[in-house]
Amino acid sequence: MITPKPAHLQPRYDVVVVGGGPAGLAAAVGARESGAERVLVIDREPEAGGILQQCIHPGFGLHHFGEELTGPEYAQRAIEQTIERDVDVLSSAYVLDVAADRRLKVTSRDHGIAILDAGAVVLAMGARERTRAAIRIPGERPAGVMTAGFAQKLVNLGGLLPGRRAVILGSGDIGLIMARRLVLEGVEVEGVYELMPHANGLNRNIVQCLHDYDIPLHLSTTVVHIDGRERVERVTVAPVDDSFRPNMAQARDIPCDTLLVSIGLIPDNELAHRLGLRLDPVTTGPVVTSTMETTRDGVFACGNVVHIHDLVDYVSEESTLAGRGAGAYATGTPSVPDNVRLTPGENVRYCVPPTITTDREHTVYMRVTKPMAPCTLHLGDVYKRPLRYVFPGEMVTLKVRPRFLEGFHGGSLPVSIVPREEGGSA
Amino acid sequence: MRYDVAVIGGGVIGCAIARELSRYRLRAVVIERDCEVGLGTSKANSGIIHAGHHGAEGTLKGELEWRGNQMWDALADDLHFGFKRIGDLTCAFDEDQRATLRQIMQQGKRRGVPGLELWGPERIRREEPHLSHDIVEALYAPTAGVVNPYEACFMLGESAVRNGVDLALEHTVTNIRRSEKGFDIDASVGDDATPTLIKARFVVDAAGLHADAIADMVDAGGFRIRARKGEEYLLDKRLVGYVKRVVFPCPTPTSKGILVIPTYDGTLMVGPTATWADKGDLTTTAEGSAEVFAGARKLAPGISEKDCIAEFAGLRAVSDTEEFVLGPSRVAGFVLAAGMQSPALTAAPAVATVVLDALRDDGLELVAKDDFEPGVPAPVRFAELSTAEQRSLVARDPAYARLVCRCEIVTEGEVRDAIDRGARTLDGIKFRTRAGMGRCQGGFCTWGCMELLHERLGIPLTAVTKRGGDSWVAMERLEGTA
Repeated sequence: MITPKPAHLQPRYDVVVVGGGPAGLAAAVGARESGAERVLVIDREPEAGGILQQCIHPGFGLHHFGEELTGPEYAQRAIEQTIERDVDVLSSAYVLDVAADRRLKVTSRDHGIAILDAGAVVLAMGARERTRAAIRIPGERPAGVMTAGFAQKLVNLGGLLPGRRAVILGSGDIGLIMARRLVLEGVEVEGVYELMPHANGLNRNIVQCLHDYDIPLHLSTTVVHIDGRERVERVTVAPVDDSFRPNMAQARDIPCDTLLVSIGLIPDNELAHRLGLRLDPVTTGPVVTSTMETTRDGVFACGNVVHIHDLVDYVSEESTLAGRGAGAYATGTPSVPDNVRLTPGENVRYCVPPTITTDREHTVYMRVTKPMAPCTLHLGDVYKRPLRYVFPGEMVTLKVRPRFLEGFHGGSLPVSIVPREEGGSA
Repeated sequence: MRYDVAVIGGGVIGCAIARELSRYRLRAVVIERDCEVGLGTSKANSGIIHAGHHGAEGTLKGELEWRGNQMWDALADDLHFGFKRIGDLTCAFDEDQRATLRQIMQQGKRRGVPGLELWGPERIRREEPHLSHDIVEALYAPTAGVVNPYEACFMLGESAVRNGVDLALEHTVTNIRRSEKGFDIDASVGDDATPTLIKARFVVDAAGLHADAIADMVDAGGFRIRARKGEEYLLDKRLVGYVKRVVFPCPTPTSKGILVIPTYDGTLMVGPTATWADKGDLTTTAEGSAEVFAGARKLAPGISEKDCIAEFAGLRAVSDTEEFVLGPSRVAGFVLAAGMQSPALTAAPAVATVVLDALRDDGLELVAKDDFEPGVPAPVRFAELSTAEQRSLVARDPAYARLVCRCEIVTEGEVRDAIDRGARTLDGIKFRTRAGMGRCQGGFCTWGCMELLHERLGIPLTAVTKRGGDSWVAMERLEGTA
């Protein structure tokens, strides 16, 4: 693994990217492509690549690189692209503050405290995992309750195990991946418990990580109590009703020493708060334009900071776009203002970006509220597309081409996904 | 091992007593069951330095609350733990409660608590705009403060040790016998079959929830300690500044009620509940959570469960009479500091002086040392420094330039210092540096803290624990797997 280390920090960069995961690395490449000369990526780890470095399983890159890669391989490709384009990467570093005039305060092992000015800033800090406290599971607070991502770090980077017998709460992708990983390491995985009536992870992960390893998935069931003074000794699970109230009459104790929680990710946008960016109440990430610019001039955002993605490939695509926008801003090329607002309609939780233009093609990412199959995606009355199925764990992508919007002169377009009669026309 | 005084229990009471003892020419030891001081009741409480007006007249709790309150500024100056006087508000929702406020105000005035004021609705809106508009009047007490209770305990303990007190950690007292020259104390250490013998001329029982069992060993007791559990819920930093003072509902004869507490670091905390529990029961419950958020919302309607980032429960050590059991016992040389429930944290420095008086009355000679050093070095708090100060710190030692905890901005240098000053566990690091206390609850920093414990203490990663004992975090890979 090679990450180039800048010998000296410049006082001014055209584009500074905060975060060296897949989003930040792709944004840096995008910035160089659109003419930015000096581009710096600031990353907190000793090596860039972000969370991909601990995702040693395959399944990454089919869309973006056209082949199946492991997480570290995907990261290495992304790092190499930045090396080819002379992007500086400052590792073991942390951005303490960003001011509205895009002046950054950075601390790093190699360069101490530095103040940098940026022509444009890209926020690409990723997400953090929701913890036990977010859902306030009653009981004791022993060691052995941990997020699936922390367990992944223990196993894949630390060469250690989180315990001998695990229960997994939540069917997020990291939890599913870890269910399989732990079984391969000889850890007993008693089961995966999901509050919702449907799984939250990708369908392929349900099949490849649970079904293939005979790990049971219990839907509409949750952990209602944790026991253990020092280390987890048992958890209690119970089915829930339609309003998610546990039915304690059917509660059941499971002896175990580990509880992994995989109950979702939250955009990590401390800096977005500091900058006073407008945040979307649904995604909790910054509101962005079609060039991924936030509500502050010259501050862009991409990847899981904006909304939680299902595949890293889409993170790279979205972030390249953000980097291009940042590069264009820094080199004085104004962007065309958005003139179409996409408003989430039936079974659509959000659209990113929420606004687009009529003059070029846009990729719009959305998430649904509930599973539906078969169904039809409607973009106002200007375009519709049949979909085999939709699922909350998987993003829906829509390429909006200028021809869809011929004759549409701006304003609001509702986006909805509605059921379709089997065999009927779309 | 032979001592003049053995203090049983390394909570904030035991540590305050030990530090008082360390002013004098004598040999003292603190015997603590856990692997660090302060990990019991002392770390799991509301962290309030009560204003001095709430406790009833003629009670030890009432009088020592006010005496203790006045001693915290000097302690905080010497020991650099987080303490500030932010004031408190006791809120009335109706005429009966307004009458109670006046009664508490008069009680405080007679005791000499300064600055008490009654605020009407307009003043409340201006000073605390997020409080409920149903509050008709509030009693303001500027003398109330908040403290990081675990930090206070760590620093009192550290100061005592720097001044010559021994700390016997992971020592569980199993038996005490009276001897010719005082007491023979058996303490079990880990899995060792033979107990360690500690001899002491005087014993101070500051054993918290277990003070009754300890006293019974020499028949010095005759009181019972029961555990009353309090659940507390910490809220996201989004709400820092939402409420600026500690906010109480109007107290009832049995309870101070559910409070909204801006902790020393600014994070809001809501709680505590008050329910009888077993002595090891640190569970949080769905009912407790519902009670706390309902109570908090009554005071500040904008507070929501959704903002909860962490929860915990602590156990109050409650005596049969609800009063402190403090001072000489029926056995000469065996001094009690038991029944230490609220306002015991506030009272702790005053409790220590009462205990020393009792020891002196029982025949302990207190000769002041010439070389008592009241202060301890201030720990580095990177996040609180100016940019210029951060620059010079980092130039001196680059370990302060590397972030370990991003939610709370804690550097590797600070975690290293915490370990060098006594942290042995992840909780020990957390309560000294705040690493792991923020919104990601250790998801990011736990691994870095484990590596530093491994490096500094020379222990394997698999020996790192959350808070000692069997609270291991990771284990070796299994034989025969890939």
